Amino acid sequence: MRERYGLNDPLWKRYFIWISGFVRGNFGESFEYKREVDELIWDRIAFTLVISVGSLIFTYVVAIPLGIYSATHQYKWSDHFLTFLSFVGMSIPAFLLALSLMVFAFDIFGVPLFGLFSSYYEGAPWTWGKLGDLFKHLWIPVIVVGINGTASLMRIMRGNLLDVLGQPFVQTARAKGLKEIVVVGKHAVRIAINPLISILGMSLPGILSGSAIVSIVLGLPTVGPILLRSLLNEDIYLAGTLIMMLSLLLVIGNLLADIALAWVDPRIRYE
Amino acid sequence: MKLTIETTEDIEGTGDPWADGGQLSYRQLIWRRFRKNRMGVIAGALLLLFYILASGADFFAPYHYNEINMRLRHVPPQRLHFSLEDGFYVHGLKSVRNPESLELEFTKDMEQRHPVEFFFKDTDGKRHLFSSAGPMFLLGTDRMGRDLLSRIMYGARVSMTLGLVGVFLSIVLGSILGTVSGYWGGWVDNLIQRIIEVLSAFPDIPLWMALGAALPPGWSSIQIYFGITIILSIIRWGGLARQVRGKVLAYRESDFVMAARAAGAGHWHIITKHLLPGCYSHIIVIATLAIPGMILGETALSFLGLGIRPPMTSWGVLLEEAQRVTVLLHYPWLIFPAVPVLVVVIAFNFLGDALRDAADPYSD
Repeated sequence: MRERYGLNDPLWKRYFIWISGFVRGNFGESFEYKREVDELIWDRIAFTLVISVGSLIFTYVVAIPLGIYSATHQYKWSDHFLTFLSFVGMSIPAFLLALSLMVFAFDIFGVPLFGLFSSYYEGAPWTWGKLGDLFKHLWIPVIVVGINGTASLMRIMRGNLLDVLGQPFVQTARAKGLKEIVVVGKHAVRIAINPLISILGMSLPGILSGSAIVSIVLGLPTVGPILLRSLLNEDIYLAGTLIMMLSLLLVIGNLLADIALAWVDPRIRYE
Repeated sequence: MKLTIETTEDIEGTGDPWADGGQLSYRQLIWRRFRKNRMGVIAGALLLLFYILASGADFFAPYHYNEINMRLRHVPPQRLHFSLEDGFYVHGLKSVRNPESLELEFTKDMEQRHPVEFFFKDTDGKRHLFSSAGPMFLLGTDRMGRDLLSRIMYGARVSMTLGLVGVFLSIVLGSILGTVSGYWGGWVDNLIQRIIEVLSAFPDIPLWMALGAALPPGWSSIQIYFGITIILSIIRWGGLARQVRGKVLAYRESDFVMAARAAGAGHWHIITKHLLPGCYSHIIVIATLAIPGMILGETALSFLGLGIRPPMTSWGVLLEEAQRVTVLLHYPWLIFPAVPVLVVVIAFNFLGDALRDAADPYSD
């Protein structure tokens, strides 16, 4: 037995064997499922990506307008209200939100909002109907995962825009007699939005973490639940591969965010 | 501190709060700006109250957190009543077995009244602020008949100190490595910065899960507690080190450091007397804002069963029972430990925000 798994080798050698296999796409065999790891993970990684990208889009689409509104109505009661809301949004743990939404939905619709598909489509081949069903279930995890990021992003957008609105060129624009909507929309927001793109890379870890834990509560077929199971059962090849994959996703995401930043803001140059 | 308040009030009395601004110390300026932020002060007071309640849980909680009543499982929260002859009291409990689920269900017994006694002496001779001779579960009981209110108070000890200890660890680690990185520069700086980058490339919760699962099952509660604390702070020191490094880099070339060096001061003297004091306010702000993340991290880990393990209790451990929707629909009061989590995390966020605004008293 020890011979078969190479447990007599020193630690570094065992690690080297695993990591060299990893690079070549051989992730080892899951102890629990008795199958190759890569058969188990790909569709889960795909769903993780779908949910993460979805929440990212949700985050930006909601946070930017709210941040602009909050900044242009500074210290009005609507701004205070949004500020308070964003503090609550930043503070509420994603799994709690998921739990309460589930109970809420159960109370109203009478069906548990569990998983990503209705039982009818579970395991069925991909059709347009199944895709539609997926989108019907997708909104809850997307919102739940995105809430934390939305709240903090909104605060950042508000702060940035307030900084920019205090600058002389905004005053000039106003002095020229431009309409307020042009001043804010065309001059100020254009500048204030730049830092948000570099934050894109920073908000990725939060979203990946959030999607992992929310998936466990909501029973979604993503990386989260299988990671928890593998950790509890000490299924090390599976767990190691999953964590490695999540980190890889993160690094790739960071790279894309950097490229996007350089593309949007011509002042940034990498030597 | 007392002196500060008096000074401030005197100056405010003259009508111009900034009249003597130049004579106040940095710390006094910070305190004065902080006091103006009402949300920050309220949050700070609330947190202080929570810490007092948690540290005195033996006295404030009506029961011990592991007092099991197998006959009183899943008792719903009891309402507190008040009458002139009995003072505060709760009604007694009548149990009926549900014919379908075969679970005991509890209803109020209107005839019975259990008055709430203050400074109650229990069978072990220990005093409690309030308790009752009959069963009194103001927030209901869990699946082993333990009083949820008492468990939340005891759980606060773990949940609220874990954040403090964890942040303290990351402050120590972060400021040492940040200072070293910024002060000496060169390959040391390079190495430390690359390590921070590698650490920040991991999504935190999955990594915490993995490390939490790796804690040996035979460890005692205290060992697990410190193990989880260390796990939580391993990832979080990076951000702090970055900030400290930035500050140190900025100060290193400043005139007063140059002067100190020209006067023959050693590295240790320059770092401790000239560089670190400039970073204190930033460190405190970052630390305050890092605590909620740690509390949430512990809650999430324990919620998944990878963090604090029973019999030790924390808010995450309490929430673990509320994990399934079916349980929640039957016993909705089990979600209640979420309330203190939310309150504490929001309070820390407000406090950190207020401190951040106050930390730079020379602006505007």
